[in-house]
Amino acid sequence: MSLQLNWPDYLVERDENKCIQCEVCAKQCANEVHKLDPDTGKMVSDDMKCVDCHRCVTMCPTRALKIRVNDLEFKPNANWTSSAIKEIYKQAASGAVLQSGMGNPKPYPVYWDKMLINASQVTNPSIDPLREPMETSVFLGRKPAKLEFNPDGSLKTKMPPQIKLSVPIMFSAMSFGSISGNAHESLARAATKLGTLYNTGEGGLAQEFYKYGPNTVVQVASGRFGVHPGYLNAGAMIEIKIGQGAKPGFGGHLPGQKVDEAVSRARMIPVGSDALSPFPHHDIYSIEDLRQLIFSLKEATNYEKPVCVKIAAVHNAAAIASGIARAGADVIAIDGFRGGTGSAPTRTRDHVGIPIELALASIDQRLREESIRNEVSLVVAGSIRSSADVIKAIALGADAVYIASAALIALGCHMCQTCYTGKCNWGIATQREDLVKRLNPDVGAERLVNMITGWKHEIDEMLGGMGINAIESLRGNRLMLRGIGLNQKELDILGIMHAGE
Amino acid sequence: MLKEGQVRIPSGCAISGILSRKGECFSGETIIKSIELMHDRSNGLGGGFAGYGIYPQYSELYALHIFYNDLTAKASAEDFINRHFDVENAGKIPTRRVKGIDDSPLIWRYFVSPRQFKLQESELDEKEYVARCVFRINGEIEGAYVFSSGKNMGAFKGVGYPEDIGRFYMLETYDAYLWTSHGRFPTNTPGWWGGAHPFTLLDWSIVHNGEISSYDANRRFVEMYGYKCTLMTDTEVITYLFDLLIRKHGMTLKEAVDVVVAPFWSEIELMDEKDKKRFDAIRAVYASALINGPFSIILGFSGGMMALNDRSKLRSLVAAEKGDNLYVASEEAAIRIVCPTPYSVWPPSGGEPVIGLVEGKK
Repeated sequence: MSLQLNWPDYLVERDENKCIQCEVCAKQCANEVHKLDPDTGKMVSDDMKCVDCHRCVTMCPTRALKIRVNDLEFKPNANWTSSAIKEIYKQAASGAVLQSGMGNPKPYPVYWDKMLINASQVTNPSIDPLREPMETSVFLGRKPAKLEFNPDGSLKTKMPPQIKLSVPIMFSAMSFGSISGNAHESLARAATKLGTLYNTGEGGLAQEFYKYGPNTVVQVASGRFGVHPGYLNAGAMIEIKIGQGAKPGFGGHLPGQKVDEAVSRARMIPVGSDALSPFPHHDIYSIEDLRQLIFSLKEATNYEKPVCVKIAAVHNAAAIASGIARAGADVIAIDGFRGGTGSAPTRTRDHVGIPIELALASIDQRLREESIRNEVSLVVAGSIRSSADVIKAIALGADAVYIASAALIALGCHMCQTCYTGKCNWGIATQREDLVKRLNPDVGAERLVNMITGWKHEIDEMLGGMGINAIESLRGNRLMLRGIGLNQKELDILGIMHAGE
Repeated sequence: MLKEGQVRIPSGCAISGILSRKGECFSGETIIKSIELMHDRSNGLGGGFAGYGIYPQYSELYALHIFYNDLTAKASAEDFINRHFDVENAGKIPTRRVKGIDDSPLIWRYFVSPRQFKLQESELDEKEYVARCVFRINGEIEGAYVFSSGKNMGAFKGVGYPEDIGRFYMLETYDAYLWTSHGRFPTNTPGWWGGAHPFTLLDWSIVHNGEISSYDANRRFVEMYGYKCTLMTDTEVITYLFDLLIRKHGMTLKEAVDVVVAPFWSEIELMDEKDKKRFDAIRAVYASALINGPFSIILGFSGGMMALNDRSKLRSLVAAEKGDNLYVASEEAAIRIVCPTPYSVWPPSGGEPVIGLVEGKK
């Protein structure tokens, strides 16, 4: 038996004067931190089990609870940090790979925060979005090289399938299984109400979700869970998932305990069995194989749906994206290394891949150099946190963005980063019935709609400030950005000038 | 200090255009008078003109107007021209001394046709061949700048107030059926003659008032099709957009206008199915060709002109007609000074082109 050398990461502080022993905290905590001590009649807590999700703090009727980061520290050491030491203790005890939930938390540069947006002054009037039209609609899909018209003015060119989004923001892939049915339902309803898309992830599609089809991206991942002709034809767009920003080069693993009756039906696997997605697609070992899958999916859907290929942002993403465009993809989605996940190996999450801002800038530039940028749509993901990030992504060259972590936060996620335990107290990353019902999809959908509506207002205002009344005029308009505190190499890759230039 | 082309310089301006739809030629004095009235809309840092129908004796030859910084540049450019073109006639463009115009570069003019074997070797059509030669001179020969390259038309421009520039080039000695002009108010002082308007490519000329906020989106779009935006000006990118849409993508002028000032979604939703489909496709495929932000432009071409405002009409533009003459200008007064009693005067709506064509020309 190994020694347990770790101590609690968080401390639960209870104000005994306020606590009324109502046991709400004990009932709310799936991690079983709190319990009533029958001998003393007082509430006690096991700090070791606390994940800092704030459920108890939020629900406590007398505000008696507070969670603090444990300030017990090792002797200061810039190299052997406390997390480096504690992770070794964990592995020495278990012999296992370290697991993490949600996106990369390390202090790598966040380039969104090192770019500033322009506004009009004097030489060019800003536009008041309350008085003038302000347009945020975008189309995703393959574009012909040019348009031709008949003599009567009607369109002669046959347009490939296009999806019109009312805002350039979609909900990114999160499978039913990794998140709850109610979380899924909240996303689907919000996407429908907003005129955008949500994404099934690789979890298949439960029958009751088919009605949201026109606002659904159906994903085909390496495990091919739940993929059949009805599924492919149910959605507005098909996405081939090659990689994910949080774990590039990695597959997926949904533990058997999350595979209940409903998840089993949607994924077409037995109840209780682990759902393992292989690292690569075993029918895609090269770019020409990808082309075959793209066209198989197009054949299966009568060339009526755009096909998107999603990759993680890796070192040579620009060349890969160019290959994907030439392989016939209509939309390319790039997921940066800060993208979220239900579960990823900690080392992969924290050390593999590159920031989405740099990947986006180099991919957009590369596709332009090859004169094919206009033919495909570019969607970026991997930690878009606000409308300002959306604006910056579009100015760097994206057509639209995917958000997932932000959407979950709108649903109540407190970023405790332990999704993989299946004990999400907020009813999001869990299949436990008592936890799932904590998230009401009516409320969830409304909160998502509110967030995107707020972002859209902010986008309108920033566009108007720049003297732009249609978001397509911002796309790739890098003169609208300036870097702050960046070196020349970073500026060159981003294709922007420094503030003051 | 960086000059135009190394840095993007926003500017406000005055524009004016006069077209005889009968194709009757009139001297440049009229257009000078019109643009002179709007003196205060310029600041003496740029003015220019384009005249169509001015070289009837060489109507089938490309007229290259070139600025040279020095004789070395001239020698290199002429070497290039001699290798790529047959030169029918060459000489200095006549100018006169005018107060306020100094520091002029060497200004030369060549009437040329592409050398047949070079043209065949290149496997390009004639216009593309000429356009590429112009790009090469402007991009590769230090100190040489081709500022006009059309047939039977020419641009005349420089640093100064437009009326002074007009007199400097002795425009009263040229007769054209279409004149356009420009007075510039740059918010910086580059003092470079090539940076003045009009901007031209082949027969296209553009004079422009405004600062487009979609500049970099438009620039990066046209650069995918082989254009090089060396000046970083709005006029340059707008010219290339029209050249791309009309010459390379085979659109009509009206179709090109539908692209660059595509209707708002709120308008498209009210259209019938046919038009809805048309504009959905336009906004999807040519999203990056939408010109956004305030502008008024006059696009000159062989056989006519078109004046156009941005779709929100954020810049002034007035049009007037009298008989066969069509007038457009930033201010109504600039029309009335040369045509005191027009039959009709109107402010064109945002995104609504005013197109004037010479009868009998295509």
